[in-house]
Amino acid sequence: MSSVAVTLEGVKVRFENMVLTFDCTVEAGEIVSVAGASGSGKTTLFNVIAGFEAPERGVVRVFGEEMAGRPPAERPVSMIFQENNLFAHLDVATNVGFGISPSLRLRSADRKRIDEALERVGLAGFGRRLPPTLSGGERQRVALARALVRHRPLLLLDEPFAALDPGMRAEMRELLADLHREEDNTILVITHHPEDLSKLSDSVLFLDKGHIVAHDSLDRFLKRRDIAAINRFLGNE
Amino acid sequence: MIARENRLTIAAGGFSLGGILLFVGLAAAAMLAQGGGDGLFDAYLWRVTRFTLLQASLSTGLSILFAIPVARALARQATFPGRVWMLRLMALPLGVPALVAALGLIEVWGRQGDLNRLLAATGLAEPISIYGLFGILLAHVFFNMPLAARLMLAGLERIPAEYWRTSANLGMGSLAIFRFIEWPAIRGLLPGIAGLVFMLCATSFTLVLTLGGGPAASTIEVAIYQALRFDFDPPRAIALAGLQIVLTGTLLLMLKFVAPPPEEGETSGKAVQRFDGRSRLSRLADRIWLVLALFFVGMPFVAIVTSGMQADLSRLVRESAFHQALATSALVALPSAMISVTIAALMIRTQRLLLAPMIPARRRHRMPARLFAGAIGASTSLVLLAPPVVLGAGWFLLLRPFGDVARFAPFVVIAINALMALPFVHRVLAPAMASHAARTERLAASLGIGGFHRLRWIDWPPLRKPLFMALSFALALSLGDLGAIALFGSQDLATLPWLLYSRMGSYRTADAAGLALILGTICLILTILGTAGEQRSPEGPRT
Repeated sequence: MSSVAVTLEGVKVRFENMVLTFDCTVEAGEIVSVAGASGSGKTTLFNVIAGFEAPERGVVRVFGEEMAGRPPAERPVSMIFQENNLFAHLDVATNVGFGISPSLRLRSADRKRIDEALERVGLAGFGRRLPPTLSGGERQRVALARALVRHRPLLLLDEPFAALDPGMRAEMRELLADLHREEDNTILVITHHPEDLSKLSDSVLFLDKGHIVAHDSLDRFLKRRDIAAINRFLGNE
Repeated sequence: MIARENRLTIAAGGFSLGGILLFVGLAAAAMLAQGGGDGLFDAYLWRVTRFTLLQASLSTGLSILFAIPVARALARQATFPGRVWMLRLMALPLGVPALVAALGLIEVWGRQGDLNRLLAATGLAEPISIYGLFGILLAHVFFNMPLAARLMLAGLERIPAEYWRTSANLGMGSLAIFRFIEWPAIRGLLPGIAGLVFMLCATSFTLVLTLGGGPAASTIEVAIYQALRFDFDPPRAIALAGLQIVLTGTLLLMLKFVAPPPEEGETSGKAVQRFDGRSRLSRLADRIWLVLALFFVGMPFVAIVTSGMQADLSRLVRESAFHQALATSALVALPSAMISVTIAALMIRTQRLLLAPMIPARRRHRMPARLFAGAIGASTSLVLLAPPVVLGAGWFLLLRPFGDVARFAPFVVIAINALMALPFVHRVLAPAMASHAARTERLAASLGIGGFHRLRWIDWPPLRKPLFMALSFALALSLGDLGAIALFGSQDLATLPWLLYSRMGSYRTADAAGLALILGTICLILTILGTAGEQRSPEGPRT
C-alpha cells in the first residue's frame, strides 16, 4: 500500500458564485483535522474525495489510485455525516449490516461481526433498537460501527460531533482515537472546535475561501500567526 | 450499476413527460386542425366570457369578504369548545365532490329548501330560485370561503406571540389591532388567496352545470360541453376551448408573477395566547360570525346526510345500475390514480437526479438537463392550463373520425383523470420525496445500495405512507369527477357521479340524495386519508 492516502492535484470545482481549488497530499495513517470558516469549502473537499462531486478538472488519487469516474461506493472511503447517518426506519443491526452487504445478504458470521462492532462502540444489545430511540451520540456510534465492519482504509467525518454536548464529544474523540490505533486507517475530520483539533489530530488542513491555505503538523499549525483566518479560528488576537 | 439505474429512471421520467405532452399536444392539434373560422367570436361567446369573469369576480369578492371576519373570529377566540371541530368543518367542502355539494345546497337553498320555507312563513310571496347567478355564487362561496378563511387563519397564527403581548401592553383596542396587526398580515396573503379562488371559480364546471340553469348563466367550460354534447357544433367548441386556454393561461401567468402561492401552515388548533377579543362586544361579534359560518357551511352537509338517510338506501345498493356504476367508477379511478402517482413519483425522482450533483455528466450538458428538469416541473401544472373539459373536447374531436367515440371513452377518461390529479399528487409527494432523498441519497450511494435493494429497504418503508396518501387523494378526485365523464359518459360508461347526475336530471331526487350520500362518504374518507398525514421528525427528537 502506498504511504500516501490522498493526493489532490489541481482539483477545481466551479459553483455559480465561487471557484474552489484543492492541492494537497495526506500521509497514510494520520488523523487530519480539516478546519476553516463556514463556506470555505470543507464539505466540498470531502465530496470530491468521496465521489459526490465531480471536479471540473484535476486529479484525485486515493492510495495511489485515480478516482475519476468511480462511484462513491467503489472508492476505498467511508463517510460519516453530521446527521442522518442511519436509515431511521431500519433497526441498528440492519443499518450496520449495510456496511457488510448493500443488498443485506448476511450470513450468521456477518451477524456476529455486527454484534462485535456494536460492542466495540459500546452499544452491545442495541441491535434491535430504532434510530429515533437513540441519543445523538449513540446514533453517531452506530455509524462508527458500520464504518468498522466496512473496513475502508480512509474514513471521512463531516462534523461528526457537531450535534453532541461537550462530555459526549470527549467520549467520541477517545473512541475515534482508539479505533484509529486498532484499524491503522487514515482519518480526515471536519471540525469547528480548536479542542477537537488539538486533542485528536496529527496535522491540520486549513481552508479559506475555497482554497487550502495551510497544511501543517499540529504543533506548527498552533504556532502560526501569519494568516488572519487562522488567527480568527484559534482566537489569537 | 447505479449509473445505469439512474439512466433508466431518467428515461422513465422522460417517457412520462413525453406521454403527458403527447396527450395534451394531440388534443390541441386536433382542435387546431379542425380549427374554427374567424366569425366565431359572436355575441354568444362574448356573453359567455363576460359571465365567466363576472361570476368568478363576484364569487372571489364574496368569499373573501365573508372569510375575513370568520378567520379573525377563529384567530381571536383561540380556546372556545368545539373550535377544532369548526376547523375540521371548514376543511370539509374540499373533500366532497362538487356534484354532491351542489345537491346539498339545493336541499337547503332550493325551492323546497329550508330557506324558502322560512321565507314563505314570513309571508314572502316570491320564492328565491337557486338556479342562475345566485346559486353559482352560493356554491362558490360555500367552497371557497372556508378555504380562504383557513389560509387567512394560518397567516394570523403565524404572527409572533410577542405582538399580542406588546399590543396588550400598549392598550391597543380591537380596531387598532385589526388595522395595525391583523390586516397587514391578511393583506399580504390576499393576492395569493384571491388568485387561487378566482382560478377555481373561472374553471368551475360541475357547479355551473348543475346550478347555472340555461344559457343565461353559463361559463366557457359548460358552453364547451353544451356545444359538443347537445348542439354538436365543433367549431364553436374549439373557439370556446381556445378562449378558455387563453383565459387560464393569462390567469396562471398573473398568479405566477403577481401572487405568491398561499401557504397552508399549521391550523390544527395550536393555541396562540391572545389578550384581545375579551370585551363583550367583540365576543358577541365573533360568535355571530362563527354561527353564520357554521350554518352556511354545515347545513348543506346536514341536508346531504338527512335526505340521503331518507332515501331507500337498501334498495339502492342492490340495484344493478348502482353496482355497475360502482364497478365502472372503480375501474376508472384505480388505474387513473395509479398512473398519476407513478408518473408523479418518476418525474420527481428524475428531476432530482438531473439537478443533483452526483452525476459527473451533469457538468457537461448542464443546460439540457436543466431544461428537462424545468419541463418536468411545468408539466405537472399543464393540466391547470387545459382543464379536463378542454382536454376532453380535443380528444372527442380527435377520436370522432375513428368511429364510435364510446369505444375509446374509458381510456380517455382514465388519462384525463390521471392528469387532473397530477398537480395535487405532486404536491403531496414532492416534499416527502425531497426530504427522503436529502436524508438517504448520499448515504445509500456511499454504501452502494442500489436497484431493487434500495427500493425495498430504503425507499419503500418511509415513502409508503406518502405514496398511499397521494393515491388516496387521486382516487377521491377521480371518483368525484364529472368533467371528463360528462363528455364521454354513456349507458355503457356510467360512473357514480354520472349516475347521480342523470338521476338528478330525471327528477328522481330520493335516489339522487342516496347516491350523493354514498359518493360523498367514499370521497370524504379517501380525502381524509389522503391529507391527514403529519410529517414525523426523521430521527426522532434532536438531542
